[in-house]
Amino acid sequence: MATQIDALEPLPLPEGPPERRLPPRQWVRENLFGSVLDSVLTVLFGLFLAWAAYRLGKFVFVDADWEIVERNITTLMVGSFPRDQLWRLWAALFVLAASLGFGAGAIGAQRRREVAEGRAQPAPKGVAARRLAPIVLLVGVLLWFSGSLRNLLIVLAVAAVGAVFNLVGRRTPRRLERSVPLLVLAGVLLAFLIVVAFGGVKWSDWGGFLLTIFLAVGGILMSFPVGVLLALGRRSSLRAVRIVCTGYIEFIRGVPLVALIFMGVFMIGFFLPQDVERPDNIVRVLIAFVMFTSAYVAEIVRGGLQSVPAGQVEAAQALGLSPYRTTRQIVLPQALRSVIPALVGQFISLYKDTSLVFVVGLAELLTVAENVTKQPDFLGQGLIVETLVFASFVYWTGSYWMSRESQRLEQRLGLGER
Amino acid sequence: MTAGVGVADAGDSDVPRRLYPDPGLPDRVFRTVLRSGGGFVLAVMLLVGGFLLYLVDNVVGNLERLGIPTGFDYLDQPAGFAIPDSDFSSAQSLGDALIVGVQNTLKVSLIGIVLATIVGVLVGVARLSSNWLVRKSAALYVETFRNIPVLVIILFWYLGVVLRLPPIGEAVEIPDLLVISNRGIVLPWFDKVGEGFAFGLVILVALAAAVLVWIWRTRRFDRSGAPHRRGLWAGGVLLAILTVGFFATGSPWALEFPERGERSTTGGFRLSPEYAALLIGLALYTASHIAEIVRGSILAVPGGQSEAANAVGLSGWQRLRHVVLPQAFRVSVPPIANQYLNLMKNSSLGIAISYYELTKITRVSIAQQAPAVQAILLMMGIYLLISLSIALVTNVVNRRLTLKGRR
Repeated sequence: MATQIDALEPLPLPEGPPERRLPPRQWVRENLFGSVLDSVLTVLFGLFLAWAAYRLGKFVFVDADWEIVERNITTLMVGSFPRDQLWRLWAALFVLAASLGFGAGAIGAQRRREVAEGRAQPAPKGVAARRLAPIVLLVGVLLWFSGSLRNLLIVLAVAAVGAVFNLVGRRTPRRLERSVPLLVLAGVLLAFLIVVAFGGVKWSDWGGFLLTIFLAVGGILMSFPVGVLLALGRRSSLRAVRIVCTGYIEFIRGVPLVALIFMGVFMIGFFLPQDVERPDNIVRVLIAFVMFTSAYVAEIVRGGLQSVPAGQVEAAQALGLSPYRTTRQIVLPQALRSVIPALVGQFISLYKDTSLVFVVGLAELLTVAENVTKQPDFLGQGLIVETLVFASFVYWTGSYWMSRESQRLEQRLGLGER
Repeated sequence: MTAGVGVADAGDSDVPRRLYPDPGLPDRVFRTVLRSGGGFVLAVMLLVGGFLLYLVDNVVGNLERLGIPTGFDYLDQPAGFAIPDSDFSSAQSLGDALIVGVQNTLKVSLIGIVLATIVGVLVGVARLSSNWLVRKSAALYVETFRNIPVLVIILFWYLGVVLRLPPIGEAVEIPDLLVISNRGIVLPWFDKVGEGFAFGLVILVALAAAVLVWIWRTRRFDRSGAPHRRGLWAGGVLLAILTVGFFATGSPWALEFPERGERSTTGGFRLSPEYAALLIGLALYTASHIAEIVRGSILAVPGGQSEAANAVGLSGWQRLRHVVLPQAFRVSVPPIANQYLNLMKNSSLGIAISYYELTKITRVSIAQQAPAVQAILLMMGIYLLISLSIALVTNVVNRRLTLKGRR
């Protein structure tokens, strides 16, 4: 029976409507000047956009004094990270590029096989370049500000390593496919170790964009297991577990993140027995982030759990699987697969929320961007707009890139089409 | 069949009653509890309860050791700080300061919610416009504001825009209407010049009359099917009674226009720079999220609905107003309610620009020797209360909107 199903031809994918291509003139008439109202709107919006573009262009290329960013680019990126240890960051970057390139390659291979078997549609051509555009733009601007040929060469080398490992990833044997996520995670951990271990730099000395990324990545990685447990607990058949988990989730969702950050900074000391060493502020803030994000992750995972059809659990029970194995092998894999885009969304919002540590003065990108305007050379010149625009640009490219990737993922997983 | 699997020892009976050998009473009780899940419940409760007790014990121990009062008596202490843009003086108590903070939080949240909704709905509809330029402009707005942290937006408006407005001496002024300077934005506002009580009664009467007219028009429409125009009717009645009542009670309120002096403005309603920046930042950021929800909800209305509306000859506006938007609205209430909650919670970022809302007041109180643990717990409790109130209102709205028989 099973072999017969395997032998069935995959269903042909539905064809979309044919693309409509209009000659430019007709396109303009249809899309811009369809009616009197349309024409008025087009003119109004055109004028406004032109004015805004002119103002922005004039600010960026003429009025703005970018010297403050140029001279502080290292501080903005890594804060007070010891300058003689910067090689660790570069080394970590190489490892990261290798593991992420490898992961991307492996996913690409998987995808190509799906296309070959007719289970997925091939990606449109020329997308790869557009997908990477925000990141390339970000790196380009950062290199421009750093103005150093050496950095350019290193970045090119990093990109080359990423590309090579991408090729390696494409040749992943099929039986190793399942361990690809673990390998990538191991790479990330290794990169982390390169920075902190063996006489490295403790994270209390991290700052700038590096701290932003550390808080976001560390926060989401630690929130994930807690969130999954909370979600399972909220759906538990045991009332006590359910009440505890629901209470926690609803409490966290009802208070602002700033309040939790304050709690972390001002209150955690009181909760510890007096002989324990007081954690430094980064750890306190990280605890607040994990407390906060895990509640949201739990709600996302709960949505995924609800989307698993009840028949799956019943089938597992009929096969005699224990409740643990039912959850672990039947429910969670399906639930988690369907919530990946939402988890990426949560990561994006955590990435943006790291800026809130500004209120407790932790030296993350936004704080540094504000602090550098108080340097003696730049004091009182009103350069905050320049540094804020720079910080916004960094946040924006990262967030925009990730949200685009998450949309693609959503389409690929075919969510919302079921 | 009766001799099922796992019968280890049926004892002396010929009918096996248990699947296990009799383990003795204590163990039997334990097993029963365990199998019914009670053991696990007990363990969880012990674990969580024990952990909480441990934390509370630590807190109390630490507070005692440091000589910090437990309890909430500190709320009666004099605050020792003044709050800009309010009548609050530093001799009043910390509890009073907290109330001012809650008022300020609500003031920025509620107005922000209204603004964000208006902008968000407009942008969301614009994203689906047939005009390419309008569509792309809306997309540009959404993608820009959605991907920048709200704190950066607020700081930008505060440090980059509001504080850079011209000083009061060179304020931008539309005479008798508006004064814009780096001391804030001043709008005309109503000023009380007479006895207001009678007019208050008139307002109540007018509202009651408007509601009655609304119900009457609706009933009439249900009976006869003639166009109800209940909005027009109720609004007209409201306005008529208010106008007559206003003059009948001797014009107790007058519109007061801002006037610019040398150092400050007098009259009118002043938006402080902090309030204006926080309000604009929150509204623009949240609007970009609401726009996406509105767009998604409109797209979620089946295409057949629009086609059917076209087929029965509705105009573009009628189609939107009577067919598409009501259905989209129904889907969008829960996620938009979520955005309202987010806006309220994000108002805590007022602390970054010294707008004296709940968080800022709490922070200042802690600096003024208020015990941190109680102050933060109290702040969280208040936020939770506001969140729950907003959730309650939106849940009621949602339940009323959900079609009967669905879900």
